[in-house]
Amino acid sequence: MSFWTRHHIFEKNSIALLIGILVVIAVGGLVEITPLFYLKSTIEAVDGVRPYTPLELVGRNVYVREGCYLCHSQMIRPLRDEVERYGHFSLAAESMYDHPFQWGSKRTGPDLARVGGKYSDDWHVRHLTDPRSIVPQSIMPGYPFLDAEIDTSGITDHLRTLRAVGVPYTDEQIKNAVADLRAQADPDNPDSDGLAKRYPKAVVRNFDGKGGAPTEMDAVIAYLQMLGTLVDFKLYDEKANLR
Amino acid sequence: MTDASIGSKSMTIGEALLAPLFLVLAFLCVIGAAQAHDGAFAFHASLGAAGSLLAAFAIINHYYNRPAELPAQEINGRPNYNLGPIKFGAVAAVFWGVAGFLVGLIIACQLAWPTLNLDLPWTSFGRLRPLHTSAVIFAFGGNVLVATSLYVVQKTCRTRLAGYLAPWFVVLGYNFFIVVAGTGYLLGVTQSKEYAEPEWYADLWLTIVWVVYLLVFLATIIKRKEPHIFVANWFYLAFIITIAVLHLGNNPALPVSVVGSKSYIAWGGVQDAMFQWWYGHNAVGFFLTAGFLAIMYYFIPKRAERPIYSYRLSIIHFWSLIFLYIWAGPHHLHYTALPDWAQTLGMTFSVMLWMPSWGGMINGLMTLSGAWDKLRTDPVLRMLVVSVAFYGMSTFEGPMMSIKVVNSLSHYTDWTIGHVHSGALGWVGFVSFGALYCLVPWLWNRKGLYSLKLVNWHFWTATLGIVLYISAMWVSGILQGLMWRSYTSLGFLEYSFIETVEAMHPFYIIRAAGGALFVIGSLIMAYNLWMTVRAGEVEVQAPIALQPAE
Repeated sequence: MSFWTRHHIFEKNSIALLIGILVVIAVGGLVEITPLFYLKSTIEAVDGVRPYTPLELVGRNVYVREGCYLCHSQMIRPLRDEVERYGHFSLAAESMYDHPFQWGSKRTGPDLARVGGKYSDDWHVRHLTDPRSIVPQSIMPGYPFLDAEIDTSGITDHLRTLRAVGVPYTDEQIKNAVADLRAQADPDNPDSDGLAKRYPKAVVRNFDGKGGAPTEMDAVIAYLQMLGTLVDFKLYDEKANLR
Repeated sequence: MTDASIGSKSMTIGEALLAPLFLVLAFLCVIGAAQAHDGAFAFHASLGAAGSLLAAFAIINHYYNRPAELPAQEINGRPNYNLGPIKFGAVAAVFWGVAGFLVGLIIACQLAWPTLNLDLPWTSFGRLRPLHTSAVIFAFGGNVLVATSLYVVQKTCRTRLAGYLAPWFVVLGYNFFIVVAGTGYLLGVTQSKEYAEPEWYADLWLTIVWVVYLLVFLATIIKRKEPHIFVANWFYLAFIITIAVLHLGNNPALPVSVVGSKSYIAWGGVQDAMFQWWYGHNAVGFFLTAGFLAIMYYFIPKRAERPIYSYRLSIIHFWSLIFLYIWAGPHHLHYTALPDWAQTLGMTFSVMLWMPSWGGMINGLMTLSGAWDKLRTDPVLRMLVVSVAFYGMSTFEGPMMSIKVVNSLSHYTDWTIGHVHSGALGWVGFVSFGALYCLVPWLWNRKGLYSLKLVNWHFWTATLGIVLYISAMWVSGILQGLMWRSYTSLGFLEYSFIETVEAMHPFYIIRAAGGALFVIGSLIMAYNLWMTVRAGEVEVQAPIALQPAE
């Protein structure tokens, strides 16, 4: 029986064809994806990466909502020019608590993986509101509508949901979520000390420069200003994490 | 009236189940809308309630109006093909196609002239871009695939489509998904996973629709009157099954609230990235390739009136293509924090993928042997053949760009956009247009198209548009990639980022011009097809005449 006549089983039996297709398409995915869940080397051993503060998380959700990832990557490749332009190449560990990941696929604008601390809060407020007032050649849309106040009540559920999918929020962090959300954009708030303890390196500032309840602008800037700032690369052991 | 209408009428199982199910769904949607945590969810729940009520009403109303007998499986020994849902799919494809191309043109203009973003949430690039991609891939491409697959499977199995309400459920349910997804993007509802942006409730609905689609397709194959399953149906089946697997793999998410639109995806960081591009690349591989190859395998032989060039080549083409494609995802993540072993696997299999791709191209093109002269007289066939040529071009470019050193230049630039569009406009677009030009006269029983001259105009405007589009993106992509890595003689980076953005401006204008030509072409097609249905000459089914002996 030749190869071609053997193939008749698939041409004459739809269930055999269906099973054949399932088996053939399963192989590649299984080989490439499953090891990422158990190979220890997949995510580097590194100190400093923590879950997002409530305000940063809200900002990140605005970033997702507005589709920022469509023009800005958050993934610096280990190439000479990129490392010089943006900073140390990105580690897998730096996005291990990201649900979803925001590595992006296009740089219509620059990479943002280490944009934290590069510009002042005021620069960000003006740039987000009217990009061409700061960078005349920019083709970024303006986001003047980010001055909307944040609804703080639902944040606890967000943290709980993230914990359920594997982000290690502690009971204390979840309990204080609403207070932390209010405190981070308000340096006079008595809760801000607790926030700094619960989230090391969290920056407490009035990001949008306006008083009152935190706005989406506060949240987005809080998020942008922390991007890439958690890992101290002076202490990072590159050799130990060769993959 | 025959005595069929006198006999007692009873509901089919589908009618008896679906009508109350839709009423329950409508009730749940009303509760969801009332309790909603955010405006977008309330809007979508209201849409769901309205849609469910309409569906329940339509089912019951149809039951009272229809004859007691269901449509016959065969009439005078010929299969009684079910064309209604296919007509709907074809019309929807043309509508969404024009809409999707138009949104593409708008966002192309926004990149050239940023004030067009209008600084409003629902008109900014970040929300319109997913609207464009979903409209062209899933709304236009999806409706073409659903319509042609339900047509081809009936014809090549010589049997009426399985199911009574199910085929309608598939086309209407699928288009409802598109409305929910598209309006969601404008309202800022997105998972941010490219080409898988719809949120959890839209994903759940699509899962149901897709399973019914698979069942209809499979059940039609099972009751076929032909001993063999035709090649095109293998590709359609692989497309339907694999899209189901990819959809389930990439979208498991936990909603923050069952009455809110926001959810968090189960996968995080590097695993999420790998799942996403396993999905993303195979949305290309199985939605935009396997499905449209099925179109190639049916419509080109049919239009050229020649058999497929090589049956054995199609067997090799089929299995090697679906086996290799699945591995190619990691080439979207070269030099990222994805482990190197996965990147290397992705690159290797992407390069290998060149071979089955070109095997398929050869099989499609060589089908014309002995009929090449038809290219001069039949612009529809010309469109189909040029689509296969574009397929060959972009399946060479793809493996080349997946080589890591090439990718280090091309990644993050417009080269990727150009590559995608040579495949999307040239291959998927043209093969879809060709299929629609064939399908519409067949479905509406017309002798031919309203005007072949207009097809010719469509062909040339669209081709010129594609050439402008892809060459502008090649130049801008390679230019920007080189500018990013350019150093001065003193060892400093030569260009700031914004200088590289400025350099893109002329190419963005050329690209928008190319896109405009493509939109104009699609409008010509819409007019031509509309006139074909409205004013085309009806084809009279010739009775099977006795053939004189030769």
